[in-house]
Amino acid sequence: MFVKKECVAMLLAGGQGSRLYALTQAMAKPAVPYGGKYRIIDFPLSNCVNSDIDTVGVLTQYQPLALNDYIGNGQPWDLDRIHGGVHILPPYQTALGASWYKGTANAIYQNMSFIERYSPEYVIILSGDHIYKMDYSKMLTFHKEKNADCTIAVLEVPMEEASRFGIMSEDDDNRIFDFTEKPAEPSSNLASMGVYIFTWDKLKKYLIENEEDESASKDFGKNIIPAMLDDGQNLFAYHFTGYWKDVGTIDSLWEANMDLLDPNIPLDLYDAKWRIYSRNPVMPPHYIGLEAQVQNSMIAEGCNIDGIVDFSVIFSGVTIEEGAVVRDSIVMPNTTIKKGAKVEYAIVGQDCIVGEDASIGVRPELMEDKSKWGVAVIGHDIKINSGSVIKPKQIIDTDI
Amino acid sequence: MPTMGNVLGLIFANMHDGAIHDLTKVRTMGSVPFGGRYRFIDFTLSNMVNSGISEIGVITKANYQSLIDHLGSGREWDLTRKKGGLHILPPYGQVGSGMYRGRLEALGGVINFIRHSSAEYVILSDCDVIASMNFKEIIKAHEESGADITTVYSKTYYNSSDNSSKTVLNLDENNIVREVLINPSITGLSNVSLNIFILEKKFLETIVADAIARNLYSFEVDILQHKINEFDIRGYEHNGHLSQIDSMLEFYEANMNLLRPDIRQELFSTYAPIYTKIRDESPAKYGINSSVKNSLIADGCIIEGEVENSILFRGVIVNKGATIRNSIIMQGTEVGGEANIDHVITDKNVIIGDSRMLSGSPQYPVFIGKKAVV
Repeated sequence: MFVKKECVAMLLAGGQGSRLYALTQAMAKPAVPYGGKYRIIDFPLSNCVNSDIDTVGVLTQYQPLALNDYIGNGQPWDLDRIHGGVHILPPYQTALGASWYKGTANAIYQNMSFIERYSPEYVIILSGDHIYKMDYSKMLTFHKEKNADCTIAVLEVPMEEASRFGIMSEDDDNRIFDFTEKPAEPSSNLASMGVYIFTWDKLKKYLIENEEDESASKDFGKNIIPAMLDDGQNLFAYHFTGYWKDVGTIDSLWEANMDLLDPNIPLDLYDAKWRIYSRNPVMPPHYIGLEAQVQNSMIAEGCNIDGIVDFSVIFSGVTIEEGAVVRDSIVMPNTTIKKGAKVEYAIVGQDCIVGEDASIGVRPELMEDKSKWGVAVIGHDIKINSGSVIKPKQIIDTDI
Repeated sequence: MPTMGNVLGLIFANMHDGAIHDLTKVRTMGSVPFGGRYRFIDFTLSNMVNSGISEIGVITKANYQSLIDHLGSGREWDLTRKKGGLHILPPYGQVGSGMYRGRLEALGGVINFIRHSSAEYVILSDCDVIASMNFKEIIKAHEESGADITTVYSKTYYNSSDNSSKTVLNLDENNIVREVLINPSITGLSNVSLNIFILEKKFLETIVADAIARNLYSFEVDILQHKINEFDIRGYEHNGHLSQIDSMLEFYEANMNLLRPDIRQELFSTYAPIYTKIRDESPAKYGINSSVKNSLIADGCIIEGEVENSILFRGVIVNKGATIRNSIIMQGTEVGGEANIDHVITDKNVIIGDSRMLSGSPQYPVFIGKKAVV
């Protein structure tokens, strides 16, 4: 017996995140560490709980172990519930055979029975790739007020970036009359955030129809939304104005972390009324040593800092030895930066050891040929030998 | 080796409340904040859990709201169990129980809980000891020696003029306790009791029933001292680092000891972590003018000023130009701009105004009470 829920969330977390290279070699993108103690998926999960959505299906496919471990029974997000709670939904086998999730719409189609048992009026589709704080309950109210069949959360992006997104046009009443996924010549700068609310009966109908169409790519942006528009269904744009960042690339992941150090950027993680929950490590407070210099940085628990840290995000359990310098960088959990090592404009994955006097990344102002400059990346669980030099833009996925 | 599922842990949350009265006015000894993010009881509880004990009763007396808030269902210590788990045992919990005068009477008040347990052994512990302790080894020593009662002690310097309340044990060469001295007027290296006792559950039930029948209530006087010739009472020495908090000065020094890497490594070992309540704070943030040296900083702090030789608990705000030295700043305290504090202990949620100056001395750190506005 399942208790009816007004709204069920479906969180698409199966993406490989191939543009994060070494950082997603052994873990799905939503499990990638962010912001000193979080994983990317903490944001949509915490948004759900804070918006009173207590039933969340997490659709996994690529390298699910780290993500499954992390979510566990959902207790850190208060999602270990008798009725509802968080459920991991991997692809599965049926009497008719087995298949991977073939697209975002197909992933939801394959889990219709999960949604149906809660008999919801609405389904909210989320993705595990974005950093933002959003009250989904306000969007749901908007959806109901507009008597919409589908509401798409949108934000205004710079015109030159618009062709990376699903772009739509709306009338004065926020009614969407045009939607194109990643248009070469965008007609507006209203971009989809990948957050959709559907009236479940309608979505169900379109999912089934889309599934029967063998030529379709089984994707929300490419198939479901255009089909609904063609049929004259009620689609509305819900404008979001807060901080939102897609962390799908090395540069955007680096920037999104650096944004936390910028007092002018409106992403407040210290707001007790909208906490971002996460699985907390069991570690003592961090220690800043006698010779350490720490400024403009975020540092998590269990760290031992004896070196210089400036404009950096340091995750839990990191050791930075005396004489080591970490600037404009991200150092993920339990990594050690040995004496004399220099880490600048770099992302260092978790459980790494950066040997003495190694040098990772370079400040852009020191590069003559700026086109060769970029953030250097060390994957997870990697040992960098003493004295090694890792150049800007280099991505290291094995010990050197 | 004993199977630790066979051991019941009993923790006295209110023992020694009077020792650091300033901090226990609003809470139990067990819920006194310590080390940036902990409460005293976290150490005893985590030691028990790390030793494989999964059935633990916490005996309370008064002021226990903060303790209950802290412990919750026991999840953070992995003690939300169907079998065993964490049990908070307040006074008046069973017919005939009430405000107890001593350990024996407290045990009498929870005797039904003890009887109900299927454990073979019981560990009794207070909350005033900060140490990393492996109870498996102590239980093993207890079994091997055949003692009726094993009492854990530490060889430390004892000074009667400190006017703290301590028990000193004199042992023979077989570690048998020959003399139990409560607050003796001696000075020097002594076997100071940590008030941690191991005994068989059946034996404990017998002595508690006997004591209640005779209106006796002090474990130390009525059992350790008066039955010293009747029972086989042995000592077990704890060798590692240890603080026994019996005064504000000791509290201050025990916190400051955590700035030493060797002590931190021993207390917060990866293999025996200290668990505590989770508050989901964001990592600490350091501003453009921050300067921090030799300090422990917990999550949720925002530091724009200068901090040296200090311990900052979760969510402390240090405004621009403020200077904090040799101080212990508890959760949610805000230190105003250009304020200057040295050798100060602030309780939770204190506000120190802009440009205030507060200064204590290493022997007498200044204490600011909970929620005070300076």
